[in-house]
Amino acid sequence: MSVLAARGLRKSYAGVEVVCGVDLAVAPGECFGLLGPNGAGKTTTLRLCLGLITPDAGEIDLLGEPVPRRAREARARVGVVPQFDNLDPDFTVAENLVVFARYFGMAARDIEARIPELLEFAGLAGRGAAKITALSGGMKRRLTLARALINDPQIIFMDEPTTGLDPQARHLIWERMRSLTQRGKTLVLTTHFMEEAERLCQRLAIMDRGRIIAEGSPRALIAKHIEPQVLEVHGPGYAAWMARARALAPRVERAGDTVFVYAEDVAPIMKTLAGEKELAYLQRQASLEDVFLKLTGRDLRD
Amino acid sequence: MRWVSVWRRNMLVWRKLFAAAVLTNLADPLIMLFGLGYGLGTLLPSIEGMSYIAFFAAGQLCTATMFTASFESMFSGFSRMHGQKTWDAILYAPLVIDDIVTGEIMWAASKAWLTGSTILGVVVVFGLAASPLVLLALPAAFLVGLAFSAVGLIVTVLARGWDFFSYYMTLLMTPMMMISGVFFPVERLPAPLVAVAQALPLYHGVEIVRPLVAGRLPEDALIHVLVLLGYAAAGYAAAIYFARKRFSE
Repeated sequence: MSVLAARGLRKSYAGVEVVCGVDLAVAPGECFGLLGPNGAGKTTTLRLCLGLITPDAGEIDLLGEPVPRRAREARARVGVVPQFDNLDPDFTVAENLVVFARYFGMAARDIEARIPELLEFAGLAGRGAAKITALSGGMKRRLTLARALINDPQIIFMDEPTTGLDPQARHLIWERMRSLTQRGKTLVLTTHFMEEAERLCQRLAIMDRGRIIAEGSPRALIAKHIEPQVLEVHGPGYAAWMARARALAPRVERAGDTVFVYAEDVAPIMKTLAGEKELAYLQRQASLEDVFLKLTGRDLRD
Repeated sequence: MRWVSVWRRNMLVWRKLFAAAVLTNLADPLIMLFGLGYGLGTLLPSIEGMSYIAFFAAGQLCTATMFTASFESMFSGFSRMHGQKTWDAILYAPLVIDDIVTGEIMWAASKAWLTGSTILGVVVVFGLAASPLVLLALPAAFLVGLAFSAVGLIVTVLARGWDFFSYYMTLLMTPMMMISGVFFPVERLPAPLVAVAQALPLYHGVEIVRPLVAGRLPEDALIHVLVLLGYAAAGYAAAIYFARKRFSE
């Protein structure tokens, strides 16, 4: 039984297909990540799943409700954290929560009872009367998360939840997201931060040009798609060295003036660097980012 | 009735900004009313058996109601829809775009009604109304507000930028105000312009309110009410149609 299932989703804008046959299945209590470069169709996929837009083809089941036909009923049990904060600037922190709760038809007494715990969760206890303009980016994002929880949702959609935040604010959001999954909530997030996906998601799908091109746990994706060790080399004369490395390693790539060498074991290749005083290098374990770049390419997307 | 939560949201903002909102909504029409009413009134004989200021007050009640409804549904509505993305946030909840359109139109009509009824209060306090019949102008003001809120919201959901509203204001509302019998009787206009005025909602508002201020029941009241209701209903349907289209993109 999945809390979100989508089959064969398609959506075009002005003749350009931005979602081209997407299948998704999200299990209860898991944190599912949708990864992809800018313009891959992640946000459109989320909006389709929420019933905010109608697919050209495909079926969506969200919490047992067919979407978009019964999207309203489904959304009563769903929380959404959008990519760009759309808190109400005319209201205080607490008023933002009160007004949003009314959209869910919650009774005044229930709303009053819920607000202190949400402010606590958002790290905004005692800041209920603060104006939105007085909040930092991290505080706004936490308030947006608290707002998404007002109706005690079973599943929370988060569109790039930590984009634009500093490391402290980002870690706090991650910690809150983990505490939500520990309480049995299902999270669906989009991101292009591999570190975020690797830390938080039990399962993820990599999306590019409207299609899902790989799916699995972060570890399984790394094991399946990439050699376990990486050697990054840059400096004057890297081109000549790259030709030698090619003979030794199964996969050698260049991005700008940096050479990436992927292998089961990079030790033999490192030996060839012994006499190369000009070249700087870094040896590390392969990460999800390497998988992502392998599958979606190193070209700029903007 | 889910739209009520949208109405209440706007009401809460209005309450927080009460003083400024009331001042800007009422100061302007009242300055116009007394400035033009007393100023021109000293030069003019009575019109249709009324003093000029009472004659003009009826027109000004409708005009101010029209402006409040239009400003709220257009400038404030566009700011909520486009600038603040308030509508986007509301759509995460179990509301659909139709609920938002309904809530916005009802709110703008309510705010416009408050403007109209405050001017009515001034009319009564200054002894410009001939009889208690003038109280029937209260529901009439709501109807005028509803018609202009609905039409204004069509402009809002079609707008791509702020400039769009200037066209509507300058090319439609200002000329409409001039030919709808607000400042002088429409009979002074050439026949084709009278026909244009009769096709527009403001004229019908004035035709209801002015006799009520003079202490008479309006003639052809049913027609005037039906035209205003027609504008409200057609505007509502069109606003929903274009809003759905805009938000399905």
